[in-house]
Amino acid sequence: MDFNSLPYSLEFVAGSGCILTLEERTALQTSLVIVKKNYKFQRILFWGKILGLQHDYFVAQGRGEDEMTDRKSLYSLNCVDWLLLPSVTDAMVEEVSKAAQGRFKGNPSFVYEHKVSQQEGKEQEKVARNVTEEKRLAVTVHHIDEEASVVPRGAFIQSLRGLVQTNRSFGGLSESEARRLENFMHFRKPKTLQKKPIPVKAEWAPAIDFLDVLSEDIPKGSWSLQFECARRVCVLRSLLWLGLTFYHVPMTPQHGYIYMGLGMKNLDLPFML
Amino acid sequence: MQRSGRDCGEMQRLDADGTGARQAASFKAFLQKSSSRSDRNLYDHLVLLLAKIMDERPDDAVDVLEDMSLELKRASFKDTQRSLRDHVTPSVGERLAEQQLLLFKHAQDFNHEDPTVETGFPNVNESAFYLEQAGVGLGREEMQRILLALKLLVESHGLPQCRLWGKILGTESSYIIAEAEYTEGDEEQSTDEDLQEEEEEESGTQENETDPVPRSTYLHPPMVPKEALGTGANRFFYFVCNEPGLPWVKLPSVSPAQITAARHICKGFTGRLDSPVLSYPPFPGKEANYLRAQIARISAGTQVSPSGFYQTVEEEGEEEEEMAHDQCLVNPEFEGVSSLEMAQSLSSWVHHIQHILKQGRCTWVNTAMKVEEDSIEEEEAAEKDEQADEPEPEYGPPLLTNLSQDAEMFHTPPWSLRLSSTITPQHAVAVLRSNLWPGAFAYSNGKRFENIYVGWGLKYTGQGYSPCVPPPPQKEYPSGPEVTEMLDPSVEEEEEMRMALEEQQEVQQELEEDEEDEN
Repeated sequence: MDFNSLPYSLEFVAGSGCILTLEERTALQTSLVIVKKNYKFQRILFWGKILGLQHDYFVAQGRGEDEMTDRKSLYSLNCVDWLLLPSVTDAMVEEVSKAAQGRFKGNPSFVYEHKVSQQEGKEQEKVARNVTEEKRLAVTVHHIDEEASVVPRGAFIQSLRGLVQTNRSFGGLSESEARRLENFMHFRKPKTLQKKPIPVKAEWAPAIDFLDVLSEDIPKGSWSLQFECARRVCVLRSLLWLGLTFYHVPMTPQHGYIYMGLGMKNLDLPFML
Repeated sequence: MQRSGRDCGEMQRLDADGTGARQAASFKAFLQKSSSRSDRNLYDHLVLLLAKIMDERPDDAVDVLEDMSLELKRASFKDTQRSLRDHVTPSVGERLAEQQLLLFKHAQDFNHEDPTVETGFPNVNESAFYLEQAGVGLGREEMQRILLALKLLVESHGLPQCRLWGKILGTESSYIIAEAEYTEGDEEQSTDEDLQEEEEEESGTQENETDPVPRSTYLHPPMVPKEALGTGANRFFYFVCNEPGLPWVKLPSVSPAQITAARHICKGFTGRLDSPVLSYPPFPGKEANYLRAQIARISAGTQVSPSGFYQTVEEEGEEEEEMAHDQCLVNPEFEGVSSLEMAQSLSSWVHHIQHILKQGRCTWVNTAMKVEEDSIEEEEAAEKDEQADEPEPEYGPPLLTNLSQDAEMFHTPPWSLRLSSTITPQHAVAVLRSNLWPGAFAYSNGKRFENIYVGWGLKYTGQGYSPCVPPPPQKEYPSGPEVTEMLDPSVEEEEEMRMALEEQQEVQQELEEDEEDEN
């Protein structure tokens, strides 16, 4: 969620249980300003918190000119000192998916060991593929953004050159629109968009409808849409990544999402539904 | 296409120029077409917009064009009077607001109450303050609403004491759960579930006398009896509501069958208490029962207190068997442990709720004795019982065991313990987080402590939940020599048999002849 809206938006997502302590909130207010200045971000967001066994990771994300491609993630253990997360490559994703198991330990230099036996000619060697927890964190943040990030329809516009920016004229979804999952979209490079039949595409506004819609997610029912805080705020919770909460106050431009959880994908989702 | 009077005239004059002019004119007519929703048309709007830009000469006019257009539209007041009146239906938010208003009204009615009398509902705001330091909570306003709702609960049901147990999230709606102690005046309505089971058994044994159909020798495993209200897993009872302000619903007591079934399934909650729980193995009950079973499991696994806060009831005399202590009382001599000490080791925390055994109860019951009463095929059942081994009694860890003895699961320690703040440890609280039930938290600060659960109501399953395998299919008939396949005898074997039979016959004939001769 946007750093500028942090003071009041944390109340909206508190219904999921995890909140930031007062100490963490005040530390964030100060340190994120400095981070924004140092890295020259246009906008800085507090992405969320991943609970580890010994320590928790706080993750922030800075956005540049293009909201979609110009993203950098940072992490911290105490909300004061922030370190840049490595950018994610396909090779890194594969390594992490093989090596990293279990909960996050809380120590960024912890090494997950995974022995792979490779056959070279007639010799069998056991090669250890080691992955640090820092890389695992980067890959997890990337996955959550890919699979569970949410923005309301109309909050971002894509210019003709492909630049994605915040829509300053976004007035918010109406109450009835906010009840329908079709008005919420994933903030990632669209995957299912091109497969839509042409009559459906004709109804779209190309500047706003350039992202994948939440109602296309498989399995159906992996999003829980509720109205909380005395039914004023529309809250979306992901069941695939337990802990991701998105809020939107209808008829206002206030929206944002935050992840506060274990950092593990919920593989039991098909059983839960 | 509408054409104004002006246009027709223009068209006639420019006719000589050909189709280009006609197209321009038709486009202008299109621009002047009024919108169906408001009384504007595009032509007039563009004229006004350009006039405004001419007057104001803003910087970067091309970038702020859309904003100016919107402003212009908003500024011009157009009365949209329609002949139909809007039918206003109260939205969900408005209805809830009216119900929640009652929360605040009650406070005024009871103004004459003596505020020094101890009330049963907890000081939720104080707990919320400490829980916030622990990093868990529901937001200050929500906690305030919950406080008022608990007050309503205590007053309407006349409960001596209640506690906020926590919140379980669901897909359509969530549950806010309050825990109350069982008092002797409460009676539970007898459920009809037991009666229905007996009826089914009776109807299944109608025999066809003419053609005896093979009867199934399957015996239902004996039902483990429910624990009495006020003991074991049914020590407390629970009230739930979807939102503070809505009426509280009491959950039924839990049976061991439900707990064992809940241990084998991984199902989410929908938020409606009467929705069915479709799962394998089949869960005996609806979502209300499933919710109660999960609450019982979570309480047994994660309700902890500082060591020394509770003490066991000392019983004199019956020390022959290991009596599992049922209850523990608040220790009046508890002096409080500093949060620094509490945050250092797990042994300063203890469980104060009884562990649930594998059977599904907190105290073990030998079910083998009761089979004769329940089943109908008495003779067979009695025989089988004598042959079967006596079930071994189950033991669990006694009450008030400390947490350092909790078993590790899936290579993760069962608890994470830390101080809430590293910068100001002098005023920090000790925070305990459960890794087996993600969402269960406890904090301790000197004399105060509190447990709360906010989560999805599911246990941590490590690599992932895998459902249990269905049991192997039962044998239709017992295998005996008359049904087992045997190889047909070969020719040599038949010959041998025939020879042996002939010899036997000869021997018999000789014997008979001998007897005749003798007679």
